[in-house]
Amino acid sequence: MLRRIGLYAGLALAALTFIYPFLWMASSTFKPREEFGSLALIPAHFTLDNYRTMWARAPFGRALLNSTMVATTITLAVLVFGSITAYAMARLTFRGRPVLNAATLAVLLVPGQLTLIPLYTLIVQLGWIDTYTALIVPYLFNATAILMLRQFFLQIPQSLIDAARMDGMSEMRILFTIFWPLSKPVLSIVAIFTFMGSWNEVLWPLLVVRDQQLMTLPQLLTVFALGGGAGSVGVSLASAMVLVIPVVVAYAFLQRNFIESMAGAGIKG
Amino acid sequence: MAAPYAVYLLVISAYPIVFALVLVFLRWDLVTAPSFAGFDNLRMLANDGRFWRAVANTFVFLSIHVPLQIVTALGLALALNRKLAGRGFWRAAFFLPVVISGAVVAILWSNLYATDVGLINKLLVKIGIAPVSWLTDPNTAMPAIAVMVTWKNVGFYVIIYLAGLQYIPRSCQEAIEIEGASAWQRFRYLTLPSLLPQTILVVTLSTINGFQLFIEPYVMTGGGPLRRTYSVVLYLYTNAFAYQKMGYAATIGVALALIIGAVVFIQRRVIGKAEAL
Repeated sequence: MLRRIGLYAGLALAALTFIYPFLWMASSTFKPREEFGSLALIPAHFTLDNYRTMWARAPFGRALLNSTMVATTITLAVLVFGSITAYAMARLTFRGRPVLNAATLAVLLVPGQLTLIPLYTLIVQLGWIDTYTALIVPYLFNATAILMLRQFFLQIPQSLIDAARMDGMSEMRILFTIFWPLSKPVLSIVAIFTFMGSWNEVLWPLLVVRDQQLMTLPQLLTVFALGGGAGSVGVSLASAMVLVIPVVVAYAFLQRNFIESMAGAGIKG
Repeated sequence: MAAPYAVYLLVISAYPIVFALVLVFLRWDLVTAPSFAGFDNLRMLANDGRFWRAVANTFVFLSIHVPLQIVTALGLALALNRKLAGRGFWRAAFFLPVVISGAVVAILWSNLYATDVGLINKLLVKIGIAPVSWLTDPNTAMPAIAVMVTWKNVGFYVIIYLAGLQYIPRSCQEAIEIEGASAWQRFRYLTLPSLLPQTILVVTLSTINGFQLFIEPYVMTGGGPLRRTYSVVLYLYTNAFAYQKMGYAATIGVALALIIGAVVFIQRRVIGKAEAL
């Protein structure tokens, strides 16, 4: 009995070290400057000034739109293009298929730092600096997603494809009307880790975007905090909240899917 | 149907890999035309104290981060592997920092580590310990970052260990209990060896992750104090973005890829040897 109490006390302490800093961050954004540094979670003088200042000093609304637009486009592209590619690699025979399979595996072994600079020079030469194109195009396909989808598509019975072909269905229709409804679990896994990867990415935007109006949230947040634009801790943390709140809300509802997705993608990537 | 992907692979993956190797021999500021640099970039890299400082910093980071990551992840996974009320809640709590952006975590922890008003020093003072200048003391800055990254990622590795724990056959567990093994012996001779594949994975992934350290020093310390938290990727970024040295930045990227490959290879050999003993 004593040991069980000890176990729960230990777990509660551990959970607190993971959750408390975020609660403290949230509460600090509602505190006036003088109160910052107090351990209390409830502000003595509740204020929204930090949010007003943050919103007025840098285009966070625009950054929220940019991030949402970029992450959504990339996620849809990875799902649609990834499925088409994975379907071909799993269920069609064509010349070069083994090469494509091997290349997809090889891509996963190459660290991103190796290709970062050459890719950056390519974007510069294409004149894509300060465009959404630069933020989106390099992520239109994702090798991890293709391998996961391919693995799943391999398990769908051939008889379904044969029957559909007899009915004169095109391969695209087979993919989107027969395979997709059967593949919801893997599609949701791919969607979550792709969206989260894009939402949190900061190094690539820092390289290819300099115009504040085009910056994604994590980038603007970094530039804002480093450039001293925030001016105070409360303001800097308030800007971080814009990035965190949508993620925490989604995580609260879909935590099982998040854990399955992000842990699964990490193992393969 | 796979043709667009083949084109993508050629342009976004294959071409940059090849061009990285070309850039190693070029001098290029992206404004004027690139010129042939011979072995200048490689010679510069070999003698560049700042680059090797960054590599050494990474090893300091790894020597704290990797063991700490294994111990914390394994400990939490073992706790979660028992019959527990609210298991989903505990798991979700540990995983929370994994879903939060690294930029946010870095900004949050800069404030937690702050010398005068930071939460951590406030707590230390409460229990009668003198405050520490976590991020401004050259000796504590990198360890502080290593602890933070361990905290951010531990939930991810807990999931890996939990998956491994499910694969230990019940019959083995029962057999070792009938033999009268103590809790420590069960852990030492059954659980730990059974989890070797997961441990190798944790070592490999946390090592690769460590070499990719960027946003944390960029936001928290700018690479200081005394360049003690300068990371290789931060140095690469600075060369490309601030100094406009594409050839040299690409050289750093190639070197980093080779170092990662070598370190992961050696780790696997060593762990493989340890297993044979």
